[in-house]
Amino acid sequence: MNGIKDALVITKRQLLQLTRVPEVLIFNTIQPVMFVLLFRYVFGGLGAGIKGGYVQLLMPGIFVQTVTFTLAATAQGLAQDMEKGLIDRFRSLPIARSALVVGRTLGDGLLNIVVLIVMGAAGYIVGWRPTSGPLHIFLGFLTLLFFGYALSWAGIFAGLMSKDARVVANVSFLFTFPLTFLSNAFASTTSMPRALQYFAEWNPVSTMVAAARQLFGFHNTFGVTAHSFPSEHPIVASFIYMVLIMSIFIPLSVNRYKNANRR
Amino acid sequence: MKSVIAENLVKTYRKGAVRALDGLSLDVEEGTVLGVLGPNGAGKTTTVRVLSTLLEPDSGHATVGGIDVVKNPKAVRQIIGLSGQYAAVDETLTGWDNLVMFGQLYHLSAVQAKVRANELLEQFSLTDAAHRPIKTFSGGMRRRLDLAASLIIRPKVLFLDEPTTGLDPRGRMEMWGVIEDLVREGVTLLLTTQYLEEADQLADDIVVIDQGKVIARGTSDQLKDKVGGERIEIVVAQANLVQAKEVIERVTHGEATVDQGMRRISVPVPDGTQSLIAVIREFDSAGIHALDLALKRPSLDDVFLSLTGHIAEAETPEVDHKRRGARK
Repeated sequence: MNGIKDALVITKRQLLQLTRVPEVLIFNTIQPVMFVLLFRYVFGGLGAGIKGGYVQLLMPGIFVQTVTFTLAATAQGLAQDMEKGLIDRFRSLPIARSALVVGRTLGDGLLNIVVLIVMGAAGYIVGWRPTSGPLHIFLGFLTLLFFGYALSWAGIFAGLMSKDARVVANVSFLFTFPLTFLSNAFASTTSMPRALQYFAEWNPVSTMVAAARQLFGFHNTFGVTAHSFPSEHPIVASFIYMVLIMSIFIPLSVNRYKNANRR
Repeated sequence: MKSVIAENLVKTYRKGAVRALDGLSLDVEEGTVLGVLGPNGAGKTTTVRVLSTLLEPDSGHATVGGIDVVKNPKAVRQIIGLSGQYAAVDETLTGWDNLVMFGQLYHLSAVQAKVRANELLEQFSLTDAAHRPIKTFSGGMRRRLDLAASLIIRPKVLFLDEPTTGLDPRGRMEMWGVIEDLVREGVTLLLTTQYLEEADQLADDIVVIDQGKVIARGTSDQLKDKVGGERIEIVVAQANLVQAKEVIERVTHGEATVDQGMRRISVPVPDGTQSLIAVIREFDSAGIHALDLALKRPSLDDVFLSLTGHIAEAETPEVDHKRRGARK
């Protein structure tokens, strides 16, 4: 019980940080909203023939891109704590060793709720109209949150491995940014070179985008070429990916945290 | 009773290439202050990290409050306070936020945590700044807040790793005052420092460590005696130099050395003040005027030099280096 309480104190700390430095929250929401507007109006023409227009497929894509970037945010936040020696203090307290990292992933998850609500509203304003009904829309957002949460654990590991918060933020971004574009998030994969098509189809980002589109009630017309398992069963495959990511990175991170030595 | 015992601690890095601790042993009597003195890289921080359960030794054995740090780290964490080389607090939050947060992590209730936060802010003269972000604090204030955070549960044993490194003289004096208050209250303290005068000022006992080993132990006085006793140093006018040397040697039965350029005569004496008074009396009756006179005790700098053969390094840019996470 205490373990959960400890983690929540850490989460509370992160929320408190947001009230002390509101710029972080503002920037975190402005950036995805800007993406919504840019893609909606720059690439709007790509949607010729899509029922409801490009924006219906775009929004799930941008949602997934945004929660994917959680990886970098988590990594940076944790690396900052390491850099400042804060992690030593936490490790010298009589709290569960998992509290700091669990607390941080929860905090980043909560931030994602705010960001997704703002983005959803922005999407609605520019014409996004999910058709699947309240329950499925809710499940769609919930799945997106879980996806972000799973990637947060990869961010924890990256943060624990790093020595410099700015470096780890940049590296995580360099890793996640192409991942979100080598996917079906913004354009059909069918126009990509053959090799990239396969990559895009197995890419967890594509799978998650396809799952979100399905949950929001749209037919995913952005590329099913290889007829792979993830593209045929995106919701199931997404959950498999999430479990896989967490079952790799949670043990790695907890182990790394125990021995975190700031060397 | 010994509050802290370390026996033959060994910790190596890079597959044994770097021996941060090389069979280090020390102990701290309950209610006393042990100063761990050594230059950068001597193993001070590693010692503190092992004793505060942050790091497992490769071999050796250590207990804090009678509890084994490797076998039962969680119980150790319940009775210790740790304050490191830099302020390990959340800089975006206020001092009050930080103390309440750490209080809750020590499983105080929300109310208790707030009460304790206010007490500590008061005790460390931070009440006025309580609701300002730590970012706006001076270096000394940050360190005091960090120390306050390590005292939330009134630890039985307190570890302070270089508590004044990087502070300006005023910040250092303030910190010393705060630590002296704690010592008066009877906390058991292990303090590392590379400032010799700091160990002299704050510690009951001192261990000098170098290259991961204890190379000397004792009170400040005992360590100084190891290097040699007191000396009288007298400066006189050029014309009196020869006569003064004769007088001094006759009174003290010691062999005086003369620094011609500085016109300074220096002689080792067994009973410092007595000899000094005797010399002054003789000078008076011989009509010699002393321009300057002093009873010199060896400084801990001298101790260090004679024990290790090299001078204790002053603060170097390595502190910055460490801050970024590099560690030997």
